[in-house]
Amino acid sequence: MAIEGADLVKAAALLGAGISMGLGAIGPGVGEGMTAAKACEAIGRNPKEAGLLTRTMLVGQAVAESTGIYSLVIALLLLFVV
Amino acid sequence: MSLPAFDNLSLTQTAAYIGGAVAMGFGAIGAATGEGYTASQASEAMARDREHAGDIVKNMLVGQAISESASIFSLVIAILLLFMDIPDPGIVKAASLLAAGLCMGFGAIGSGVGAGVPAGRSCLAIARQPAISGRITTNMLIGTAVCQTPAIFAMVVSLILLFKPTAGVAAFPTGAALIGAGLSTGLAAIGSGYGGGLAAGASCEGIARQPETATAVTTTMLVGQAVAQTPSVFGLLVSFILMFRTFPASSTLSASVALFSAGLCMGLGGIGPGIGNGATAEGAVRWVARRIEYAGDLMRIMLVGQAVSQSTAIYAMVVSLALIFVV
Repeated sequence: MAIEGADLVKAAALLGAGISMGLGAIGPGVGEGMTAAKACEAIGRNPKEAGLLTRTMLVGQAVAESTGIYSLVIALLLLFVV
Repeated sequence: MSLPAFDNLSLTQTAAYIGGAVAMGFGAIGAATGEGYTASQASEAMARDREHAGDIVKNMLVGQAISESASIFSLVIAILLLFMDIPDPGIVKAASLLAAGLCMGFGAIGSGVGAGVPAGRSCLAIARQPAISGRITTNMLIGTAVCQTPAIFAMVVSLILLFKPTAGVAAFPTGAALIGAGLSTGLAAIGSGYGGGLAAGASCEGIARQPETATAVTTTMLVGQAVAQTPSVFGLLVSFILMFRTFPASSTLSASVALFSAGLCMGLGGIGPGIGNGATAEGAVRWVARRIEYAGDLMRIMLVGQAVSQSTAIYAMVVSLALIFVV
């Protein structure tokens, strides 16, 4: 099959979208899971502060999530804009 | 240098042999690592409690046997790839066989390592509470069995890929879709298998620490493991779409790459959330055993935490589905 320039560029963008979101999902997934594991531990040690600890966990996870969202944005840009 | 001119049969056999090697080579990593960990924990357990060495060895061997099953799946797929008859040799069949090997090879890693964790921790648990060794072994068996689920998904997808009829199917983009299907389930299984093992390991430890909490601990473990399996279910879903949807023939490179990329995206994207969900469940299970009166609070925080960690797997699935259906 003959490959044209525009086709090659589109293929690279699509492959890039998959790699960006795929690899980009690994870090936040692991990191947020570890955050939640420590939140469980903290609530186990001090159940009275459950509200504060849940809030802190969610804020921490939201920050860790940001790189996952960057990956999603780049993937969507590669899919639909570039 | 020009490429050698392949006829269809030699192309397909080349793919089958490479697939077989990948299936067994990668498939051996997880089980061997997991069983080694189990044996190391069993040795430690025996040093602490010489009297119950017999129970500990028995428990170790049962646990290792389950961990081994992931690599036995790989062996079966590898042998099939080496010796099966190949109907309709061609590019699609070659892609299908290579994908079967990739799927089973990657898919066995997580389950092998994961099942080794509870098997090892349960040996230590028996040394701590020899009186309830039966309950500990039962809990270990339930936990390791759930860890094997992703490897079983990988085997199912591999077998479908091995025996899928390919006569009359256009080589592009279906060949790329099949390789994507193999990668999706295979890679996503890594995280779920290992994550499920983390949760199960903590439950064996917890039961030995507080035997009266056993029921609550096992329940929390199962809920946590079930959530940790979700990324591999997403992987399976994307694989099924890639395997069973009929794609219109297209000679453009981008049509093929889109489907390959969809599988790669979901496969890689499932690894992190699987491990993260398992780590969360590990923390929750450990503390349910210590503070049984707060089991409800711990379960709630575990599920909220896991849901957030799951979000990146959902992003990966959205991008995968966009690559399949929209682009």
